[in-house]
Amino acid sequence: MRAFEYSSPRTAEDAIRMLSAEGAVALAGGTDLLSLMKDGAAAPSRLVNLKAIPDLTGAHETDGGLHIGATTRLGPLGEHRVIRESFPAVAQAIAGVRSRQVLSMRTVGGDLLQRPRCWYFRAGFGLVPMHDGQSMAKTGDNRYHAIFGNAGDAVFVNPSSLAPPLIALGASATVLGPDGERTVRVEDLYRTPASSDESEFTLGAAEIVTGVTIPMRSSRNATYEIRNRKGFDWPLAAASVAASDGGARVVLGHAAPTPWMSAAAAGALAGGISEASAEAAGDAAVADAAALSGNGYKIQLARVAVKRAALAAM
Amino acid sequence: MAQTRYPKTPREEQPEASPATSPDERIDSAETGARGPFSRRQFLRGSAAAGAASAGLLSGILDDAEAQDEPGVAGPGAVDMAFKINGKAYVATLEPRVTLLDALRNHLDLTGAKKVCDRGTCGACTVLLNGDPVYACSVLAIEAQGSEVTTVEGIGSPANMHPIQQAFVDHDAQQCGFCTPGFVVASAALLNRHPNPDQDTVHRELGGNLCRCGTYAGIRAAVAQAAGGGTTNG
Repeated sequence: MRAFEYSSPRTAEDAIRMLSAEGAVALAGGTDLLSLMKDGAAAPSRLVNLKAIPDLTGAHETDGGLHIGATTRLGPLGEHRVIRESFPAVAQAIAGVRSRQVLSMRTVGGDLLQRPRCWYFRAGFGLVPMHDGQSMAKTGDNRYHAIFGNAGDAVFVNPSSLAPPLIALGASATVLGPDGERTVRVEDLYRTPASSDESEFTLGAAEIVTGVTIPMRSSRNATYEIRNRKGFDWPLAAASVAASDGGARVVLGHAAPTPWMSAAAAGALAGGISEASAEAAGDAAVADAAALSGNGYKIQLARVAVKRAALAAM
Repeated sequence: MAQTRYPKTPREEQPEASPATSPDERIDSAETGARGPFSRRQFLRGSAAAGAASAGLLSGILDDAEAQDEPGVAGPGAVDMAFKINGKAYVATLEPRVTLLDALRNHLDLTGAKKVCDRGTCGACTVLLNGDPVYACSVLAIEAQGSEVTTVEGIGSPANMHPIQQAFVDHDAQQCGFCTPGFVVASAALLNRHPNPDQDTVHRELGGNLCRCGTYAGIRAAVAQAAGGGTTNG
């Protein structure tokens, strides 16, 4: 790990100023960032700890919904009354992080902004690893890579646990930066980079996510993850479903370079959730999936994840 | 640019190293509204450092920064740090990049927490931070200032073992033993949260620890014994 400066401001505004330095990176739970730094996949010259900023932690109900501060840890959030009673899709996604240590450490903002698990990226070849003009992931071992949005050279998958349920529930994120605060839909935090020089996030320089807000709309919602092992690991496929009288939203995780919203699956659930519509939603979700050389099995997993998430929400 | 706006804190201006003691009640009230049987405050009750239940990770550097009314920057060179570990005060002069695990093992002579994956995956480095189990490899030492750190050495000693440690011995719940300190700390935290865990709870709560020898059955039996739930294997 390269040496770096460390700062731990008490206010978000001070954090933004500290982050304006070249090479400065925000530190939250550290479960992802420190590993990236040890692997040489990240080498910030300054870390700005966000955990000592009181305004960024805790969850409380507002007129706009349940506001969750960015440095709220996943474990306590999963036990929050409103999350358990109204947003089981979030509680189930948190329960999927099967490490009590990570639940004690990882923050909401850090989960949303964790970097992909792609082994080419982690080994230092970049988010869009290229060799002789070809995608290393496409020509190499891509068993855990994208089945959607993979026509270009970026085929990593978004690793966030919370993005699928939060997007399904229509949550927004508050972003603070040198130019002030803005509010974006959670799905708009993400983009697919064209090259390794680009970010997979839409945040500008020295911008941080300060929190997310889940609107208090009544919905039947659930998350279903499919994983290799019962212990701590990232899922192979995940889906979140939120259905209300106004329609349904279906979001797949670990499927594409961004959290993947399936309008077709949502359409299949528009008339309500039943055994038949859940099955149809799973089929519709993967109708336009495209396997790489080694990840065809993920299409069936994604189909089943959508179906079971819908059934769990029924 | 910012380096000129926010000059590094001069070493000589740093105050005497002492753990910050400002309790941050907000995280207890707002973040842990439904925390279940385990509470950080309960864990710290009886500890000499009950006032140090700080969720904000404070440090001497920060106190200094506050005095200057602008945030300070530490490093990249070594800075003085102060820790509260197993109820005792420790000081060290470390670079900000030193992890809590490396500080414990390489600088503070506390080698119970083990370095295996060093990537927040295996659990061998598990320690308690204000009562919560964390991967010490993925916490910076500088962040751990102001928090109550408990390593396996603070769980019990050979002469005065914690029930979970005695249970590990009784059930031969280790083979090579390298993952054992992490499992002992994680198991102690599990029993704090769930005094009478069912098997699903034990599986779930210990999911963040790996044993490559595969002694999981013995470990689960040890947890069951320490919980007073019997001594059956599995």
